[in-house]
Amino acid sequence: MNVLLDNLGVFVDGFTGTLSLFVVAAIGSLILGTVIAGMRVSPVPVLRVFGSAYVTILRNTPLTLVLFFFAFAYPRLELVDLSFFTLASIGLTVYTAAFVCEVVRSGINTVPVGQAEASRALGFTFTQTLGQVVLPQAMRATVPPMTNVQIALLKNTTIASGFAVVNAGGIYATLSELGYNVLVGLLWVALIFVLLVMPLTYLQRRLDARWSPSR
Amino acid sequence: MSSVLYDVPGPAARARNRTFGIVGVAALVALLGFIVWRFAEAGAFSARMWEWITYINIQYLLLDALWNTVRAFLVAAVLSLLFGAVFAAGRLSDHKWISGPSTVIVELFRAVPLLILIFILYYGLSQGAGIDISAFWAVVLGLMLYNGSVLAEVFRAGINAVPRGQREAAYALGLRKTGVMTNVLLPQAVRSMLPTILSQLVVVLKDTALGFIILYPELLYQARFLGSQNQLGAPILQVAIVIAIIYIGLCLILTGISNLVEKRLTRGPKATKPADPADDLKVDVPVR
Repeated sequence: MNVLLDNLGVFVDGFTGTLSLFVVAAIGSLILGTVIAGMRVSPVPVLRVFGSAYVTILRNTPLTLVLFFFAFAYPRLELVDLSFFTLASIGLTVYTAAFVCEVVRSGINTVPVGQAEASRALGFTFTQTLGQVVLPQAMRATVPPMTNVQIALLKNTTIASGFAVVNAGGIYATLSELGYNVLVGLLWVALIFVLLVMPLTYLQRRLDARWSPSR
Repeated sequence: MSSVLYDVPGPAARARNRTFGIVGVAALVALLGFIVWRFAEAGAFSARMWEWITYINIQYLLLDALWNTVRAFLVAAVLSLLFGAVFAAGRLSDHKWISGPSTVIVELFRAVPLLILIFILYYGLSQGAGIDISAFWAVVLGLMLYNGSVLAEVFRAGINAVPRGQREAAYALGLRKTGVMTNVLLPQAVRSMLPTILSQLVVVLKDTALGFIILYPELLYQARFLGSQNQLGAPILQVAIVIAIIYIGLCLILTGISNLVEKRLTRGPKATKPADPADDLKVDVPVR
């Protein structure tokens, strides 16, 4: 208990870092992933190819490598100077977007064909069909897998601590410098993660029970 | 399925799609061109920056690192399959005193970030309990605990997805619990689970890269090492590109195998299909 209470500041700073990375990357990846899913089902062949290439490459790259690239290789390009926090958010967003895209696409596949056919018969364009008819219905079915992706993102933010971003993954290093028991500190970190994941799982169940399409 | 979202394009739509296509390609080429230009500006394509790859010692170093990655993957894959099988059996057990703890363990290890698990094994145990674990085993055991728990859930879901009649019929024929599981349920469940298991193995392979953070000398670690060597010109961009190609290649091979298996399974007599339409959504839940 001492390890937690004596270093409350360290823990608060760490988890604030984790949660802000999570929020930024969650919003970013939801938007980017949905756009790429839209590309993958669009009538323009080039966009479809780009969408599948993006997903294939990013899904088969370790997140550590993505962050490695942003942390070490990007500064060599001498573009805009970005903080490690911004670079880590971009890396996490880009990586998670590939998984969000897959979830959205499979959600689109659960919407009965008749819906899209009916909207086409009514003269809707592709954007209208997707945006007003198919996606709103698809979103309801994607709640469980989407929550899983976002939970994975929450846990993945710890990897950014390997690249000089202040977050929960780095708490052990500070404790070690201060001479506290690292094992106890790490177990506290693990426990807090379990507590953070639980409300997300609860939300997942609630939303799924309320929204899941009854077909 | 995607083709129902829009009509068969007529002349006007085709022209419009072509315009979009050209604009899209132009934007993409511009972006890639810009990146390549920046790379060139930073001297990424000068012969000096690629010199490192011609040294035989560095090639051996990379091979060694590749072996370390593959070794960790193989051991972790086997161990997590075992762990998953044991704890799936535990969760499915009729005895409360077995299924209770199994559930807690599986849920716990799924909720804790893998990196924290590895830290606990590597830094925590040596400092807090005096147990020293090498970096290799810290990575492997961390991967086993996390992916094993995920696989346990996969196994359990697969066995529960076998139609109930199969189990009832087997019991009616007088088979015992073990017989029902090994002769009736498992063979059918494995068919439907195999693609998911294989894609989870891709996750194991990807996550070996976490070893980099606790200085296990795998590919990424050597990349960092080579990239900071000033007498080679500190070619971190170039090394990162080569390492990325190796990683993506390895994962693509595994993904390819998993797609092949999936195709073969769906071609043969029907694998047990989940009855619930919501299960169509099972995107081999990409955990992580």
